[in-house]
Amino acid sequence: MWLCDSSIGRKVVMSVTGIALVLFLTFHASMNVVALFSAEGYNMICEFLGANWYAVVATLGLAALVVIHIIYAFWLTIQNRQARGNNRYDVTAKPEKVEWASQNMLVLGIIVVLGLALHLYNFWYNMMFAELLGQPYLGGLHAADGYGYIVQTFSQPLFTVLYVIWLAALWFHLTHGFWSAMQTLGWSGKIWFNRWKVIGNIYSTIVILMFLVVALYFSCCGGC
Amino acid sequence: MEKNISFKLRYWRQNGPKDKGHFDEREMKDIPGDTSFLEMLDILNEQLVEEGKEPFVFDHDCREGICGMCSLYINGTPHGKTERGATTCQLYMRKFNDGDTITVEPWRSAGFPVIKDCMVDRTAFDKIMQAGGYVTLRAGQPQDANAILIPKQNADEAMDCASCIGCGACVAACKNGSAMLFVSSKVSQLALLPQGRPEAARRAKAMIAKMDELGFGNCTNTRACEAVCPKNESIANIARLNREFIKAKLND
Repeated sequence: MWLCDSSIGRKVVMSVTGIALVLFLTFHASMNVVALFSAEGYNMICEFLGANWYAVVATLGLAALVVIHIIYAFWLTIQNRQARGNNRYDVTAKPEKVEWASQNMLVLGIIVVLGLALHLYNFWYNMMFAELLGQPYLGGLHAADGYGYIVQTFSQPLFTVLYVIWLAALWFHLTHGFWSAMQTLGWSGKIWFNRWKVIGNIYSTIVILMFLVVALYFSCCGGC
Repeated sequence: MEKNISFKLRYWRQNGPKDKGHFDEREMKDIPGDTSFLEMLDILNEQLVEEGKEPFVFDHDCREGICGMCSLYINGTPHGKTERGATTCQLYMRKFNDGDTITVEPWRSAGFPVIKDCMVDRTAFDKIMQAGGYVTLRAGQPQDANAILIPKQNADEAMDCASCIGCGACVAACKNGSAMLFVSSKVSQLALLPQGRPEAARRAKAMIAKMDELGFGNCTNTRACEAVCPKNESIANIARLNREFIKAKLND
């Protein structure tokens, strides 16, 4: 199967799962913004995305995407380290063209996964998982009271700081990942390379700002 | 008149692929600025021979930037920091300052084992070319030059891709030891021309399979290769190779 046993195939898997996750982030960011306007509206979405069969199936699909993306990331990195060989250069000069994010995607990815673990513990565990267990008050509040959990989480400054670090890492990861995915899928060239880069930067910035605004709003005025 | 410069040269000595290797150091005195980097190494070797020591081994051939044999990693950059795209042989000592320390290393990549000192084995590139970097021609009468019309833009672009000399700077610069810039240029030079189209799918698959088999890494689009390429090959070629390969696999 070429998606496993060829270098370009493995990268195609990284690109496609990456793009799918970017689409999910877009949805998630849009959903979060609702919390700025209406607590009821936000909780309606939480209710809708509770332990319903379609939400559970979508969550499993999402988890599969994340797992595949991570497994391939480590697989590719191990191969790349072997290809590099054991001898390191004594002196290296990084060319200006080379972006920092592009050479640190694995590290950024690891920060993103750690942030994801914290996020799942803060929200998913108390919400969908609590409902699946049949204990709607697992985290103190009702499982569908997403708004309450946002207020609770961001009332603690430590979480706000960790979420900001998480979002910063995600921004770097996305700015490289976006055009890189298009390049790997072959939809790039001398003209489209610059276009994808600009589109990717704007898109990632908007998505991350949407997340950031919600986190900072609730940490500053706690849902007043 | 250029000034003469004196500097400390650190050059890599290694007896073979299994040897650990080390740096030797030497104060180079009064080297004219118009000396090319390779001529400076010739001066070093003359001194070594006079002292009864073993000369420093490095690859070189045409010394006019077209053969792709020279391959030195100078002060952290393949072919050194030349102003425009150029190879080591066209790097001149006037680019350095009096009192500098100049570090010379071989290409370091699992795909290019060291033969001796800074000479590395790049036959892997030949093997990739043998896997598919050609067109199968039916011998016979030469065709009229205008029998197959080719848009000027395509011809120019194909020529730009064909200007890749296969020096391996892309692999040397890549943190993944990936040969994608080389392979993509060699695939592109034929993919852009009508004569290359009939075998395009087979070529992309065969050359990538060989590249993977020889242990080159996976491209992660860092663009380090493009930044150091002496022939200014673009990563647009890599996108084209990806396109050719994916299309070929989907048509299987």
